[in-house]
Amino acid sequence: MTKPLLHIEKLVKRFGGLTATDHADLSVEKGKIHALIGPNGAGKTTLIAQISGAMPSDSGRIVFARHDITKMTMDERARLGLVRSYQITSIFGRLSVLENIALAVQAIEGSSFRFWSSARSEKERYEKAHAVAQRVGLGTRLTQLAQALSHGEQRQLEVGLALASRPQLLLLDEPMAGMGPEETERMVGLLDSLRGETTVVLVEHDMDAVFKLADKISVLVFGKVIASGNAQEIKDNPSVKVAYLGDDFQHLNVSQVTP
Amino acid sequence: MNAILILEQMLNGLQMGLMLFLLAAGLTLVFGIMDMINLAHGSLYMVGAYLIASITAATGSFWAGLGFGVVGAAVFGVLLEISILRRLYQRDHVSQVLGTFAILLMCNESVRLIWGSQPLSLNPPLALSGPVEIFTGFSYPAYRLFMIAVGLAVAGLLYLLIAHTRIGMQVRAGASHREMAMAMGTNVQRLFTLVFGVGAALCALAGGMLGPLLAVQVGMGESILILAFVVIVIGGIGSVRGALLGALLVGCIDTAGRTLLPLVLVNVAGAEFASNAGPALSSILIYIFMATVLFFKPRGLFPSHG
Amino acid sequence: MADLKPVPSVLEHTLQLRWSLPFLALLLALPLAAYSVGDTFYVGMATRVLVFALAASSLNLILGFGGMVSFGHAAFLGIGAYSVAILMQNGIASAWIAWPLAILLTALVSLLIGWVSLRTQGVYFIMITLAFAQMLYYLVISLKAYGGDDGLSLAARSSVGGGIDLSNDVHLYYLSLGALVMAMVFMVRLLNARFGHALQAIRENEVRMTALGFAVFRYKLAAFTLAGAVAGLAGVLFANLNGFVSPAMMQWSQSGMLMMMVILGGVGHLYGGVIGAIAFLLLEEFLSHYTMHWQLGLGAVLLAVVLFAPNGITSLLKRKASHD
Repeated sequence: MTKPLLHIEKLVKRFGGLTATDHADLSVEKGKIHALIGPNGAGKTTLIAQISGAMPSDSGRIVFARHDITKMTMDERARLGLVRSYQITSIFGRLSVLENIALAVQAIEGSSFRFWSSARSEKERYEKAHAVAQRVGLGTRLTQLAQALSHGEQRQLEVGLALASRPQLLLLDEPMAGMGPEETERMVGLLDSLRGETTVVLVEHDMDAVFKLADKISVLVFGKVIASGNAQEIKDNPSVKVAYLGDDFQHLNVSQVTP
Repeated sequence: MNAILILEQMLNGLQMGLMLFLLAAGLTLVFGIMDMINLAHGSLYMVGAYLIASITAATGSFWAGLGFGVVGAAVFGVLLEISILRRLYQRDHVSQVLGTFAILLMCNESVRLIWGSQPLSLNPPLALSGPVEIFTGFSYPAYRLFMIAVGLAVAGLLYLLIAHTRIGMQVRAGASHREMAMAMGTNVQRLFTLVFGVGAALCALAGGMLGPLLAVQVGMGESILILAFVVIVIGGIGSVRGALLGALLVGCIDTAGRTLLPLVLVNVAGAEFASNAGPALSSILIYIFMATVLFFKPRGLFPSHG
Repeated sequence: MADLKPVPSVLEHTLQLRWSLPFLALLLALPLAAYSVGDTFYVGMATRVLVFALAASSLNLILGFGGMVSFGHAAFLGIGAYSVAILMQNGIASAWIAWPLAILLTALVSLLIGWVSLRTQGVYFIMITLAFAQMLYYLVISLKAYGGDDGLSLAARSSVGGGIDLSNDVHLYYLSLGALVMAMVFMVRLLNARFGHALQAIRENEVRMTALGFAVFRYKLAAFTLAGAVAGLAGVLFANLNGFVSPAMMQWSQSGMLMMMVILGGVGHLYGGVIGAIAFLLLEEFLSHYTMHWQLGLGAVLLAVVLFAPNGITSLLKRKASHD
């Protein structure tokens, strides 16, 4: 097996008496879509925060593209190519869709310590932003202010911002949160198209989407990864079934899903 | 440098710290619970001092002045909260800073309008105006002892109130998780007004007690306001415990800086340097201390917000 | 292909030449008008407004456009002013030497203060900038050699040469106007450049900017230092205008006044500092003719603005324009 793009080793995070992340291990292969699932309170959000750099870890290691990024700041990780999207939409409400995405492109293309020449005149950058907007389904909403978008469109922009940074690894925190069936399908299509092009780590509650998309699934329970494997392996795993008793997993009929 | 001097200065520091605590407690709660920066807090202190001084002069009784003045200031604070301050809770910090700064200006001018520019005199009651012999060879002003006693009593009362009553629990909840407190049915509006009123009363108390030592004049609120902010920033916003610790630290450092530091400087670097650099260094000491604390603990010693 | 030119946006600013150019013409003509009436007093007063406009605009850069609520900005005015005064006292009267030195020193100090302060957020940032300003204030008071509490007089205004004589009020006026105009031009270019877009975006959503890969601290620090340097220039002009510097110009209430100007004029509008300074000083002048207690009226106006027109006069004007 080739070296994983992202490798997490015995990662720990404590909040007072609570151990939110309990020696978590995770390996993400390049070009794959890797889902992270788990019952509510499993610590997914904390783990994402630690991987993205929003939260420092108490112990353990995070290795990304052969760099030890454990101590790196969030912006350093983003510049390395590890980019996240947020579960609670975090966009630039007062800017247009195009401006939002153009900012993301600006982040990774050249220095922003330019004080004189007009940023607007960078046609190429705006065209790249346009392309990303089209890809996430916002091609017709370019001039709309982000705060005026519908919830689903805002989620699309949320992913678009992360995508515009041309990441090596996309860390998506519940991208489909609050989306209806049509929008969800569109998002699934988008993520599917990213396979091979970018590596994706996907935190999701929507099990249908997860099983449709994921090459590999890791299950997080009480801050520990209790199982990692493909869809079938996870479904057959007895400890996973125990963990999910009563949760999203139960309703999913094994025979419904094609391997 | 003898032990008596040090003991005296320590008591002065304690006294100063406890007075600062009276100011800081209200300020930190308003800030912690309502998330509001209130620059007009110093005005409450000033108005309180003026009311106490006036009533004392009118009735001839310091105690009457203190009693009615504190109540009057509390009423003033509540009226201020209901009429204007309430509208600033939802606003951003800049708006709050400027809005309360505007109130500060208006209060200063109004006081000047009513009482004139000359400072008012306020004398401690006769019973407390002499020294008390604590042990042979060491006397300490009775009035300052009184201030320390009141300060400690208030600290104790606040502790009881906050840790052991229902209202106190609501205050604590409000300081750390406002939305949660609201969801749990706390009548937020009334709680805010109550906290504000109590804060105003404490300010007035401090103003009245410090009146005989410092001057009762327009603008007296500003210098002590900054110190109060320094205290709550060091202690952690929203934490009364932090306010106490911060106030004591600031009180002691300020006192030590003012009195002991020049002595040290004279011995170490000569009289001229001491007289030039001494006052500057001692004023700066507090700020250096605050900057240092913030450098290592950017949210203060006891950050209360989740 | 869709029209890529985004609609007028929060990030883009223009010099609004339609009204600013006529206004500039008025400002250029002012001394001539004063001469014809035979009263040059107003030239000095107008210079004061111009210098405050410069100072308030520098604060607007970090406060309005960067979202950094600095309560210690007056300290930078003071450093610039004192540098010129102290150099003058030591025989250095040439503007060509003293002014760059003053601005450089102010930039250095603001760089240091920013480096420490920008590690904090929200109210802690406000407090720590206030603290640093207080420190400098007390430091200056303690410098007996430079007047201490009483301040320091300048023997003369800085010498420029080449026919420009700053002891002539009109010359100083035009110089100050020139400085302000240059500052506005630089500011509009900066705001529309990558740096300005990044800075404003940081104000809009700092966390997301970090997540996108911007080293947010560096941008804030650069803006903070730049603003400090421009404030230093304003301080230099003040020293020349008044012929006198004192610690009072560094008090925190002065910082509060600057903030008042910015909010009065319009936080985050290009001319917010200029309009605010004009409005503030006009108000001060007007009110003080009526009563000693003009600060009462000033406070009331400020409170009204905060409560009812939080985006300042500029936004009121814009709203009016869009209704026409």
